[in-house]
Amino acid sequence: MSLITRRSLIAGGSAATATLVSGCDQNSFLNMQSLRRILDFGQLMSLHAQRLLLSGQPLVREYAEAEMSPDFPPNGTERPNGIAYFRHMISNFADFRLTVDGMVQKPLSLTLDEIKAMPSRAQITMHNCDEGWSAIGKWTGVPLAHLLQTAELMPQARYIVFHCMDEMVRTPDNSGFYYESIDLFDAMHPQTILAYGMNGKALPVAHGAPLRLRVERQVGYKHAKYINRIEATDRLSHIAGGRGGFWEDRGYQWYAGL
Amino acid sequence: MASSETTVEPNAPAQQAVAPQREVMYRHTVAVRLTHWINALILVLLLISGLRLFNYHPALYWGDYGYSGVPSFFSIAALEDIDTDEPVGVTTVMGHNFITTGVLGVTYDLQGEPVAGAFPKWLILPGGLALARDVHFAAAWLLVLNGLVYLLFGLFTGHFRHNLMPSGVELHPRHMLADIWNHLRLRRPRGAAARHYNVLQKLAYVIVVFVLLPVMVLTGLTMSPAVTAAMPFLFDIFGGRQSARTLHFLVANLLVLFVLIHIVQVIVTGMFNNMRSMITGRYAVLPEEGK
Repeated sequence: MSLITRRSLIAGGSAATATLVSGCDQNSFLNMQSLRRILDFGQLMSLHAQRLLLSGQPLVREYAEAEMSPDFPPNGTERPNGIAYFRHMISNFADFRLTVDGMVQKPLSLTLDEIKAMPSRAQITMHNCDEGWSAIGKWTGVPLAHLLQTAELMPQARYIVFHCMDEMVRTPDNSGFYYESIDLFDAMHPQTILAYGMNGKALPVAHGAPLRLRVERQVGYKHAKYINRIEATDRLSHIAGGRGGFWEDRGYQWYAGL
Repeated sequence: MASSETTVEPNAPAQQAVAPQREVMYRHTVAVRLTHWINALILVLLLISGLRLFNYHPALYWGDYGYSGVPSFFSIAALEDIDTDEPVGVTTVMGHNFITTGVLGVTYDLQGEPVAGAFPKWLILPGGLALARDVHFAAAWLLVLNGLVYLLFGLFTGHFRHNLMPSGVELHPRHMLADIWNHLRLRRPRGAAARHYNVLQKLAYVIVVFVLLPVMVLTGLTMSPAVTAAMPFLFDIFGGRQSARTLHFLVANLLVLFVLIHIVQVIVTGMFNNMRSMITGRYAVLPEEGK
């Protein structure tokens, strides 16, 4: 059975997306501000309704080991291109550094071992892909809140941006790398972790080694993989397409609680 | 609006002895007509965007997890015939394979070229996953808001009590059987019987309004990791996230079935009269036979 994966979407679908977008520019059908506003209405309603619903910051359901799915399909990039990532891979990420910068008092540059020495959280949760499938896996990592407290977030910071090592589209200005962003409501949630372990082992390359985001109350594409830089910011407009993520820049909703 | 809200045309017959004339009653209030048509538009948007979403992962599972590799009880796939290299549409139901080329899995475009995809292109929303999600969720919110207006109206005006709820007499087996017999003969209701919904009609509307549509909303919400964080009991009600997705799909099919029967009934029982009544509110009651 051939299911359309996000990867094949990039390969085959980007042509379709490109024609769609250029088609819009020509007949200004989908570009019409009013139509866009109606479509954004759904996202806005979901964001506000779900934030109200989640105001007590409940945890998502955690499962027992026995309830885990026998397998966990990787999605999106399964191995980043480029020599830099390849070097990390063969050296087992020994020279890897995670940068935490932007609107923080104390910018950080951490090795994987330093991150693993921080307080950790393990959780067995369900991964919800926006294509419809779901899988249950065990994730081990450092709570993002701890990392941000260590770096001392500035009061004006509102968003946390995750810069990734996988280049999805080659562009002259390097804006084709995967990236994602969440706001502090999700960043400070106890189950929002930077995972370095999966199912009791080191995080596999296909699942985003050495570090991936788990932001459990949102769907798959928000869970950025291959993270090497975390940026605190007060706005998203200065990064790549300005909509807060690689897929968001290509028409996907920034808030993806459904 | 059988009883109190009925208006009769000024030139309606004053005496029963006079030759029967067409009586026009005021059947549907503005609120019912407006919410009906808004709902119709929303359901079309939800269906075509929902099928577009389904095509991204055309397989259904029970339980919490489900992905390519986990046994599904329903799936649609495009395979390739190794002898001819021709694509073949295969629909699998509970382990039984059916070749559905031309209908599901593989369909043909206007040039006669095969196109892989669970549901055919002409039936689904054009564009990709992002647009389908936008349309589906915006339409879902409109469905809920429109539905709330309808529910509040129905409760406070007595629409549900007077027009939708079947009476004890109507639910009596003999009455039900008679009504089923009338439906099978495609007999149009006349006279007093035409002034209100018949019992099968009432039951169909009650099931759609109070069972199927709420189940659609709740199973949809069960697929949201944000909603289930606040309301984990949704998993327990529907048996897990994939079960909810499956029920969402099955109930959507029931709604499509309802709409198809509804449209056939509208045509069979006098399309012009029915359409007029749902647009202007005015409905002509056929006189009793033999009068």
